[in-house]
Amino acid sequence: MSEIRDDRQYTQTHEWILDNGDGTYTMGITDHAQALLGDMVFVELPSVDDEVSIENEFCVLESVKAASGICAPVDLQIVEANKALDDEPELVNSSCYDDGWLVKFKSDSVDGLMNATTYVQTLD
Amino acid sequence: MKQTPLYQMHIESQGKMVDFGGWEMPLNYGSQIKEHHQVRHDAGMFDVSHMSVVDFKGAKAKAFLQILIANDVDKLKTQGKALYSCMLNELGGVVDDLIVYYQNDEYYRMVINAATTEKDMAWINTRVNGFDVSVERMSDLAIIAVQGPNARAKVFAAMPGLEEVCGELKPFNAASLGGLFITRTGYTGEDGFEIMLPSNAAKFTWKMLLEAGVKPCGLGARDTLRLESGMSLYGSEMSDEVSPLEAALTWTVDLSNKNRRFVGRDALEVLKNKGVKKTIVGLILKGKGVIRDHQKVMTNLGEGEVTSGTFSPTMGKAIALASVPKGSTGQCEIEMRKRQVYAKIVKLPFVRNGKVLV
Repeated sequence: MSEIRDDRQYTQTHEWILDNGDGTYTMGITDHAQALLGDMVFVELPSVDDEVSIENEFCVLESVKAASGICAPVDLQIVEANKALDDEPELVNSSCYDDGWLVKFKSDSVDGLMNATTYVQTLD
Repeated sequence: MKQTPLYQMHIESQGKMVDFGGWEMPLNYGSQIKEHHQVRHDAGMFDVSHMSVVDFKGAKAKAFLQILIANDVDKLKTQGKALYSCMLNELGGVVDDLIVYYQNDEYYRMVINAATTEKDMAWINTRVNGFDVSVERMSDLAIIAVQGPNARAKVFAAMPGLEEVCGELKPFNAASLGGLFITRTGYTGEDGFEIMLPSNAAKFTWKMLLEAGVKPCGLGARDTLRLESGMSLYGSEMSDEVSPLEAALTWTVDLSNKNRRFVGRDALEVLKNKGVKKTIVGLILKGKGVIRDHQKVMTNLGEGEVTSGTFSPTMGKAIALASVPKGSTGQCEIEMRKRQVYAKIVKLPFVRNGKVLV
């Protein structure tokens, strides 16, 4: 059974978004997603200050199995990318909700996401 | 979906089960990279019971195999000796790749791929007419591949009595012990055994190997290990449409005996006279990213395609096998996710017996 946390929101494409309370949000992929992708070997991160429109790809996760693009759930601007993933992409597997976060971004509004209870129902 | 006699063992070891050509098989047991390193540095085991064992018996067994496959079983003179070969269609394309083991002139054992079994059996059965040969698929066998520098020692520790029979067994040879058929072969580039045994003995043997410290490894690690060792995969490097001459498997085609008119020979001779245009080479990516199957490749001699791409855990880089114009050298360009990246063309294998060779 995959782990799901109550303190954050979820997308249909298996990313999590955590409200940092200061106008910024942290984003990563869920336990379900990392298990599906398998061992991560390379994470292509965006640059700080990149502006990304909703549904545009801004990050690529390369696992042994496949390449998977991460798209913006809302219009956003990158505040920070998790540089630790350059040397340790496997953090996405071992700590997807903590050390394996992908980016921090700011956005005017983050709507249309699911809470944990709703997200869990989308999984088998 | 079909399950092997070891299905329950995979579940107990938390195997992530996937559909592999109609078989429910373990992709990994947590981390395929850890499993990969386990085989390169110590010993790992794979359930390959989905592969098929076919026995050929009868007065004309040798004559039939000399027509059926592209390598010549006449090379096999001692009991247990193995030969790798392709089985071709009339156009010289590969129906399957296989290993055949010699027992005597009237008894050979063949191991064929899982996904191609139905096709292979139909192919063999249409051609066996007129030969005094019985073809029997041994469906009540399990196969466990134990691979790695410590594989043989751990197999001997787990299976009493085996060392007496297999201690001196040379690479690419097999020995029998009771219902066991043990071969010093593999698909990883490491030393080890592939053990064929009665289905009802599979679980017990798997448990004994676990106790001896052999870790279960899934299909994911099996693929990265074979790719590092430069071994072809049926359906990727070769297929019904690709001949062995175009897949760097010329060494498996024996044309020396002019009287041996095996299926596909005429087509290969035509191709050889016209000149073979393609071959399989290794690629090492420069920089970050992972090469994937079917990506386009541009070499100094023209266009090609990635046949198997992955990330090499041993080298820490992306590697691939690619079908490219014969004679391509130096650097090539790969079209990867909207950007151009560069890779070095290298001779295979990438890794053998734990050492990086490129």
